[in-house]
Order: sequence, then C-alpha cells, then structure tokens
Amino acid sequence: MKVQTTRLLNRRTLATAALSVAMLAVTACGGGSTDTAAGESAAPTDLAEGGSTTLTMWVDAERAPALEQIAADFKEDTGISIDLAVKDFAAVRDDFITQVPTGNGPDLIVGPHDWIGTFVENGVVAPIELGDKAGEFQESAIQAMSYEGSLYGVPYAVENIALLRNTDMVSEASETFDQVIEKGQAAVDAGEAEFPFLVGLDPKQADPYHMYPFQTSMGVPVFAQNEDGSYDPSKLMLGEPNGVEFAKKLVEWGDTGSGVLNSNITGDIAKEKFLAGESPYYLTGPWNVPAAQEAGINLAIDPLPTVGDEPAQPFIGVNGFFISSQSSNALAANEFAVNYLTSEEAQDAMFSVGGRPPALTASFDKAASDPVVAAFGEIGANGVPMPAVPEMQAVWADWGATELALIKGAVKPEEAWPAMVKNIEQKIAAG
Amino acid sequence: MPTTTASPAESTKRSRTLRPSDSVAGLLAKIILLGLVDAFAVYVLIVLFLQEKWIVLVLAAAVTLLINWIYLRRGGLPAKYLAPGIFFLLLFQVFVMIFSGYVAFTNYGDGHNSTKEDAILSIQLAAQQRVPDSPAYRVTIVEQGGELHFLTTDPDGDISIGSTEEPLEEVSNAVTDGTGKATELEDYRTLQFDEILANQSEILALTVPFSEDPDDGTLRTSDGSTAYVFSPTLVYDDASDTFTDTETGTVYSDSGEGTFVSADGQQLNTGWKIDVGFANFVKAFSNEDIRGPLLQVTLWTFTFALISVLSTFALGLFLANAFNHPNLRGKKIYRILMILPYAFPAFLAGLVWSGLLNPEFGYVNNTFFGGANIPWLTDPLLAKFSVLLVNLWLGFPYMFLVCTGALQSLPEDVNEAARLDGASPWKLFTSIKLPLLLVSVAPLLIASFAFNFNNFNVIYMLTDGGPRLSDTTVNVGATDILITMVYEVAFGSGVGRDYGLASALSIIIFFIVAVISVISFRQTKSLEEIN
Repeated sequence: MKVQTTRLLNRRTLATAALSVAMLAVTACGGGSTDTAAGESAAPTDLAEGGSTTLTMWVDAERAPALEQIAADFKEDTGISIDLAVKDFAAVRDDFITQVPTGNGPDLIVGPHDWIGTFVENGVVAPIELGDKAGEFQESAIQAMSYEGSLYGVPYAVENIALLRNTDMVSEASETFDQVIEKGQAAVDAGEAEFPFLVGLDPKQADPYHMYPFQTSMGVPVFAQNEDGSYDPSKLMLGEPNGVEFAKKLVEWGDTGSGVLNSNITGDIAKEKFLAGESPYYLTGPWNVPAAQEAGINLAIDPLPTVGDEPAQPFIGVNGFFISSQSSNALAANEFAVNYLTSEEAQDAMFSVGGRPPALTASFDKAASDPVVAAFGEIGANGVPMPAVPEMQAVWADWGATELALIKGAVKPEEAWPAMVKNIEQKIAAG
Repeated sequence: MPTTTASPAESTKRSRTLRPSDSVAGLLAKIILLGLVDAFAVYVLIVLFLQEKWIVLVLAAAVTLLINWIYLRRGGLPAKYLAPGIFFLLLFQVFVMIFSGYVAFTNYGDGHNSTKEDAILSIQLAAQQRVPDSPAYRVTIVEQGGELHFLTTDPDGDISIGSTEEPLEEVSNAVTDGTGKATELEDYRTLQFDEILANQSEILALTVPFSEDPDDGTLRTSDGSTAYVFSPTLVYDDASDTFTDTETGTVYSDSGEGTFVSADGQQLNTGWKIDVGFANFVKAFSNEDIRGPLLQVTLWTFTFALISVLSTFALGLFLANAFNHPNLRGKKIYRILMILPYAFPAFLAGLVWSGLLNPEFGYVNNTFFGGANIPWLTDPLLAKFSVLLVNLWLGFPYMFLVCTGALQSLPEDVNEAARLDGASPWKLFTSIKLPLLLVSVAPLLIASFAFNFNNFNVIYMLTDGGPRLSDTTVNVGATDILITMVYEVAFGSGVGRDYGLASALSIIIFFIVAVISVISFRQTKSLEEIN
C-alpha cells in the first residue's frame, strides 16, 4: 500500500513537472514556431496533436457530481479535462453501442457489468489491465467484470438484495423462508401488519431477479458456472429436476395459494406499504434503505432466507467504468481509469452519492462501519454475478412470464416450467 | 384562399408597387441570411474536408451552390419559397427513410455493429491476455532516433530496454529514482507525460518481445507507466483472412455472414455488418416466431386502429358540438379542460393508467367498483378494452380540437335554412353538419388511423403487449399490435437486437399503412364531389 502511494505521488510530481515544462515551452514560443526542445525527434510535443486535451465520459445525473472532484484532480495532474456528459440512463447502453463505431462515442462510460457481453459482441469495449490493483478489489467484483478471460471494467460498487426486517414487528432473524412467512403471518394475525411479506413484482413480467435467491437455494441456477466463475451459456440449468419443485413453490405462495407473493404489488406499492409499516419483511436492495430509514422504520438487514437445502444466492450487480475500444485517447483513458478511478477517494465519493457498497476493499471497510452496508456486503459475498453473456437476454422474457403465470396460478408447474426451459433453449440456439 | 378574391391583374399591380420598399430591407435580409447560410456551409465543408468524407463533401458543396443560385437569380419565386422546406424534408425525412431502407438489407444489430476492420481490431484487443502470474513492469518511455523504446524495471529492480524490433535486453547504466524505477538511460531521451499523450497511439501499439522466443509473449502498456506480459490467444493472419487459436490451433475463417467461424461451428464473439440482400424480408415471412401469432396480431391491430379512430372521433365530435352551443357560458374554460389529456405525454399517461388500473391497489377499482378485483390489464379481453379506453382518453382532445375548428367554419346560413325548413336538430346534424364536416375532417381521420396503427407508446407503456398468449412460444400478448410485436421480435426476446430485421418489418408495415391510406384518400375524394 505504501509503495503504491509513493509511486502515485512520484508520478504526479513528474506529470506536473512535465506540464510546467510544456507550459513554459508554449509561452516561450508564442511566435508559433513548432521547433521545440524535442529537436530532431519525430515526437510532436503539441498536446492537441495527439487529440488528448479532453476525455469524454458518459454518466447519469446521480453519479456525475461524485466524479467532479476526481476529474479536477486528474486535470490538475495531467492537464487533461474530463467532460462528464450526463446521459439518460435508459438509452445510454444502446447509444454507446451505436455511437462508438462512428467515432462519436465517449472515451469512458459508467454502467453495470452485465452490459459487458453485449459490448464485447459489438466490439465497443477495450480490456483493462489493473495489474496488482485487482487484488485491492472484492473478488466478486473483479469476477463480475471479467469476461472470457479479460477484465473489461473498473468496478466501483457491488449491489445485491437482502431481506429488510422491521424489528418492531419481528425481533429475530430467520433462516428459512417458511419461518419468515410464519413470523410475518403472526404479525398479520396480531393486527400489527397487513402483509406477511413484501416484494415488488412487475404485473407484466413478475421478477425473476428478486426470486432468484429462493431458486438457487433449491439448486436451480440459470447457467452452469465454469471453474473460474464465468458462465457457460451452452449449459442452461433451469431445467434441473428441482426447477419444477421451485415452480410448485411459486404456485403455493401465489394467488391460488397463501398469497404471500402478489403480482398486483409493484415495486412502488411494495415500498410504499413497507414504509407505512404494513409489513415486517421487504425483499429489496440497498437503494430502498435510505427511504425506509427516513420513514423511521427500525431496520435489520437479514440474510436471504432459504427454501431448499442450498445457500440462497442473490444475483450481484457490479457497477463500473468501461473504456471504449475506439477511444482516440486510450492511454489517457486508461491512466484515468486504472490510476484515478481505483483510488480510495474516487470510490468513497461514488459511495457517498449512490449508497451502494464500494467495490474497493479499503473503501468498503470504511463504509462497513455502517451495519447496513456491512450486512449487504456479507450477503453479496455469497452471491453470484448476474450473467453478462448475451444469451441471458433470451432468458428474461420467458422466465418472467412463466413465473408470473405460476404466481397467478394460471398454469400447471409440471407443464409450464419444462415448456419454458425448452423455449429458452430454442431461442438461445436460434441466437 | 385570399388570392382568389383578388384578380391576377390586381395582384401583379400590388407586387409592383411593393417592390421599391422590398428592395432595400429585403435585399439586406437576403444578404444577411444567405451570408449566414454560406458561412455555416463553409464551416461544414471544412469539417468534412478534414474528416476526408468526399462524397458528403461534394453533395454539401452542390447543395450550397444550388441554394445560392436559387436565391441570387431573378425570378423563380416558387423555388425561393419551397427550397428551405424541401431541404429539410430531404434531410430529416427522405434521408432517414432511405437509411432505414438500407439497414433492412444488412444484418446490422448486436454482434454485427461495425466494419470488418473494427471487428478484427476488437477481437485482437480482446485476445491479448496477460500471461498468468507474470509480474508487472514499471516502464519509462524513451526514444532514440525517432524510435520508441520501453525502459522497464521489474519487481526485483532489474532494468531492461527493448522495442518492437529488439527484444528486452538487460542494461546496467540506467539512472533510477528513489523507488528504484529506471527513469533515464544514456543515448536515449525520456519522454515527458505530455509527449506520451501526444504519441499515445504509437505507444499503445508497442509490443516489446519478452525474449527471442515469441511464445514468451510481449510487453505492452496501456497507461504509459506500467507494462505487463501479454500473449495473444488468437492470432490474425492477413493473407488468409483467418484467426488461429494459439493454444488449440483451431482456425476461424470468414463465414460470409459477418462472423469468424471455425470448422466445427464455433463462432468468435465479435462480428461485423454485411449486406444480406433480401434475407431479412425472407426471415420476416418464414420465421415461425413471427408467422405463428401474425394473423391474430394483424386483426387486433386493425381493430385497435379502427375503434380508436371511431371512438375518439365520436366523443370529440359530440363534445365539440355540445360546447359549440352559442348560449353556453364558460366555454373557454371547458375547452381548456377538455384539451388537457392532449398535453400529457402518451408514454407517461400509459404508466399512470397502468397504476390506476391495478386490480388491488388501483384507484379505478377501489373508488368506482368498491374494491372489486377486476383484472383490467391481465385478462385478455379486458386488457383490450382498457387499451382502447386509455387511448380514447388520450385521443379525444385532438378530435375535439379538430371538430371545434371545423364546426366553427361551417357556414351558418345553411343551418338556418335547414332550421327554417323544419329540420330536427338530429336531422340537421346528420344531414347537414356531418357531411360538411367530413369533407375537411376525413383526411385527418385517415392520418389518425395511420398513427394509431403504429401507436407504440400506449401499448408498450400500458400493458407491454400482455397478457401473454398462452398458445405460442413467442413473447407476444393479447394487446400486441404489429409495431410492438416487431419490437418484441427484433429487440425484446432472443439473443440481442436485430436492426436489420426491425427495418425490414417496419417497411412491410409501412406498405400496409400506405395502401390503406391511398385507398381511403380515394374514397374521401368522392365525399368532396357530393358537395
């Protein structure tokens, strides 16, 4: 660590020195002579000639303020300004894919790791080599940012879901989902709550993302994982024998069963009801924690309850910075990504605006003084990265629609689940 | 219209009398505006010249000359009026249409995003993988006789120098800084940071062989200060246009479909865009996914568009008629209230309504139906009804506006004559007002039909096409219209997006709408003849 900082310091002094020399040169030859100290060297010393006076980075409105300080530091050290272009986050992924080949794309972009598969397929991102710095990050974050053996992004946050518990209604954590339902039901029976358990489901698509821990605890992951943790899209695992068992559980919890899962409860409604103290449990991510704390709910972050015998693994989403493969400023972009965005200050700043647990271990340890961050981090350490493979796009629609139909009790689990698996396999094969 | 009242002789006289005042202010305005246009054109031409886009450059120059010719010559007045409109029409309509037409004949989409050169470059970039457990080298970029070298310091403090041509060689006389990193070497000049940036493409392209044996890999840097030993997993051969896997020896060659494929069908990640002829159109008609539910979706699209037009027109006309009553007070306030839904963005309205129609928590069920659990958006039939209802809410203000305008321009004397003849209000409406109204409104109804035929926002935001059809494997639902189905097929499910297929399907839809519109416009001509 010590070596690291001195090295960085050295390099900064070096860069500042270089810059002042350049400044002197510029002021000295105000006459417009291009003949500088380089003498016979073929190396042009004009900064603009290398196209390296600005880097453009696409960010969303929320994250832009956090990056201003680190961008200012970079400008001071290297003379290169970072243009933080605020983009609409819903369209930024597709814009990046279409803009990069035209040469009008940005040098850097902020986004979640599951974009990587599509980015690589379209040839729009460049691999990043973090070297020893990779060891300073949480392993799961680096794993998520890796694709086919190369690292593609500098991670800054890891996010995953957990079970929020209102401690005024239920005082102790539970291990299994059955216990959760039982305690939730007890709270309802006692008249303290209206819903035993809340999770936001999309009334059109259900929500396989939030249901995933239950599914993995029954031993049904989406894809098989290779030894290095990457996914093998040729091995769809949804068809595991336990898949049908999971489907049966969905029916059991759904409209025709106990009603624990209610497809009429959208994400917004679930949040509203939990904030109003109408349920002891809420399955959600760290993004809803600040609102719950502000509403005065006494919160505990519980590990994800299991349904089967295996651990309940949530999907983890890793946010990070990517470098365009067509950046005309790749060296500067790499310098910024590898040596500035990996710094503790940058990672702390990103945590301060998003509240998402930092990916850099040092920043995470600091943030983990907050028990909420620590609890989410612990659960995330047990999670699996959301598959970044392009094949995943073929999974969501059928997966969600089938889960929705099961929750509504509209289909038979023994038929619907295998039909879904067959459907997805066909779509992947047709790719 | 006013020109018909003035005779040709009068109008020429008027223009002649106006000319003197015209020539001073008008000439000045002409010079300024044309000057601005030309200045902008010159700027664009310079930019195009620098980017070496010759075809566009020639086109832009021709357009500039044409504009100048039109405005500088005497006479040719119609051209002076029409030129700006035609220019923007070509730029924003015709060009866009030609471009989507072109995309329909390519395989543009995920995995086929750019040129072959870009794809090869990108594969090469991704194939550079760091040799496992190799150390990180601190590196200083030095230069000798115009050739760039790496001056490297390994973790043990050993210092070497090398370039793309010369493998790493250990040196002993280097100057080191406090941390042991070599910073200078005799006979070599050390590059400063700004020079590194200015020469970044050459520095990034430096691959310094680790030793004489190429299998040991090469040193590369991505930030100008640290280098790692990389060894490519895939090697591209220019002559045969193939990639070879360095480990297994598998050869990937151009499949002719915009991808590199091995003999056993393995495909490299990144592909490129190629022209595919009519393949997308063939796919549009032969793809099971599209053909299966096509009939049902087409029927519903027609139903949706037709009922939307009729219901909005009926409601709009009724309200326009009602609020057109001369003795009604506060007409303006009512009219403003009526138009409000029109000011609401359709996609937002879709989202709001999907919340209002939530079976358990929605306002509609809780307030109007006493908490009944009516599945407005999840029952196939009710969902269709809900979509139509919301579209009625969104669409009637437009019809209200149009009809109010048309009603107010109807000649009052015809009404009066009918009333004197003893016609009932209903008779007056059906026999006099409606036929007269239709003359001016019918073309708008056709336009409204075309709009609703492709009314993506309402469907996508309210139901997303759902509830899903149970008898098909495709992700198509009961309220999906053609355009949302196209979106689903080309972008939604399946692996990645397919702009080529989407463009082809849109062109097919365009032809459907065009044919219907042409037939309908012919019909409205007969309406005019009646009068």
